[in-house]
Amino acid sequence: MSSSIVTFTLGDREVDVMVTPMTTLQTVLRYQLGQTAVKEGCRQGGCGSCTVLVEGEPMLSCLLPVEEVAGRHVRTVETDTPTDGVSPLQQAFLDGGAFQCGYCTPGMLMTATALLERDPHPTHEAILEAMAGNVCRCTGYTPIVAAVEAAGERRG
Amino acid sequence: MSPLHVVGRSLPRSDGIGHVTGRTQYTTDHVFPGMLHLKVVRSPVHHARIRGVDLCEAERVPGFVRALTHADVPHNVYTILGLIGVEPEEEFVLAVDRVRYKGEPIVAIVAESERAALEAVARVKLDLEELPAVFDVEEALRPGAPIVTHWGNNTFMYEGHPCRRVRFGDVEAAFARADHIVEGRYDTKPIEHAPTETTAAIAVPEANGRFTVYTNTQALYFSLDNTSIILQVPGNQLHFIGGTVGGGFGGKVDVIVEPLATLAAMKTGRPVKYAFSRQEEMQVSSTRSAWRIYIKDGVMADGRLIARRVTSYADSGAYSRQTPYALTKHAANAAGPYAIPNVAIDAYCVFTNRQPTSAMRGFGITMASFAIEVQMDKIAERLGLDPWAVRFINAYHDGDMKPHRKLVEDATLIETMQAAARLVGHELPAEYLAMTSTPRPEGEA
Repeated sequence: MSSSIVTFTLGDREVDVMVTPMTTLQTVLRYQLGQTAVKEGCRQGGCGSCTVLVEGEPMLSCLLPVEEVAGRHVRTVETDTPTDGVSPLQQAFLDGGAFQCGYCTPGMLMTATALLERDPHPTHEAILEAMAGNVCRCTGYTPIVAAVEAAGERRG
Repeated sequence: MSPLHVVGRSLPRSDGIGHVTGRTQYTTDHVFPGMLHLKVVRSPVHHARIRGVDLCEAERVPGFVRALTHADVPHNVYTILGLIGVEPEEEFVLAVDRVRYKGEPIVAIVAESERAALEAVARVKLDLEELPAVFDVEEALRPGAPIVTHWGNNTFMYEGHPCRRVRFGDVEAAFARADHIVEGRYDTKPIEHAPTETTAAIAVPEANGRFTVYTNTQALYFSLDNTSIILQVPGNQLHFIGGTVGGGFGGKVDVIVEPLATLAAMKTGRPVKYAFSRQEEMQVSSTRSAWRIYIKDGVMADGRLIARRVTSYADSGAYSRQTPYALTKHAANAAGPYAIPNVAIDAYCVFTNRQPTSAMRGFGITMASFAIEVQMDKIAERLGLDPWAVRFINAYHDGDMKPHRKLVEDATLIETMQAAARLVGHELPAEYLAMTSTPRPEGEA
């Protein structure tokens, strides 16, 4: 099968990638564009560690053929991290110790980012609902949920 | 002014910024030009004799680079704890003429892409003669059971004995004079650690003849030293880089991916990545052992334990890995944190045709604690006593001798139970609140 060029927006820049059909967005981001914050815990849609935002919606990049994002806007932890520090959500994760090994953290951050943009002051239940697809094996989730709650409260 | 700089203070984690910005580099975040991918042909059955392996079709897959078989591995039989004198060597890097568990590696395929490697793996033809398999620890010890090991029985041998033994006092005599005999059987299941990052290594040939190996092992020098032994190269040719582990819990202390990745890098002169899929992580990587524990206790009417016999079986799966060590720890702890004057423990490390089992959080001890504490509740129920009382009455003190001849020091069971009672709002009788773990008065023990 012949390769083709797919163009999309990654953060604030336009990127062109040459791909064989059915290459996933995860593979392109990690291995062509160096966005290794996009993790690969299962590569079968089960863990949420590869979550990115497509037009602001959380998506599992391991299940998404890159052709699906042609002409669309993609965000990762790398594109969303301010150049001069960390976001309030990232700071809340740091303050609350909302990680241990850190492998699920990028996916958690992207899912929580989408939630907070949609609902700046989510209830505890709304956070649980939104984060249900992101697996963490270290923390037991409590500090993660608390960090998202704290980030929502800090927005005032 | 306190001389302590860290204790009592809350400090930011040094890896915190990396974790929240996604800049922490885990093993497979390292990418090298020309990197090859290694995938493994695994046994589809639990126990079989290997009659033949046909690589013809696999070799024709575009992107196929080479296959590795047991004949390519300089020292193909190893045991991880050989580094600390555990014998015998018994696990095969790549199977020779038999497979002993479903998922056992037979051939490694190295290819230009992961897709090509998987395609070639799917085209390797195995000619297997399936053999009877055994999956239960007690069935594995019965006469006529399929033999898993190469030494003729299904147990690890501890100094010539089929189990790790502890003998303290006279258990049978104490059972004879006990007011009650309380028996229990406790079974636990295997548990997969399921780290969010799968087990992986990348081996890179360097210009100076060395190999840099990126790995997410929890035990860097276990991996380095075993790789050195398996590949028969001096340790100073191997530069292992680890330390960043995306979840381990004991599941990444075995040495599985580094030797093959490094061997493939040696044979091809190119960087080679060997990363488990999620399926391999769940179905092939070590789990916590399943345990079966029998406890027989002799108890007096007032709740005093005067004798305990424990017979334990840990399912090691097809190979040892860290499980023989688990049984030794288990035998040292199977009487629990209690002062029992007569104890006998037989702890068997049993081989079956299940996937190998190994370390996981307190392995050998966690399961003993589960069995013992349920047993303590059972004693309380049988005797109509408060479960707290049964534990306070029998709690060990500093200066007590444990069954494996270790003097108790720094005992804290009594104080821990007092604190736990406070935290859950349980009112303890004054006599238990007054107790301490300090040595018993002369003559009372």
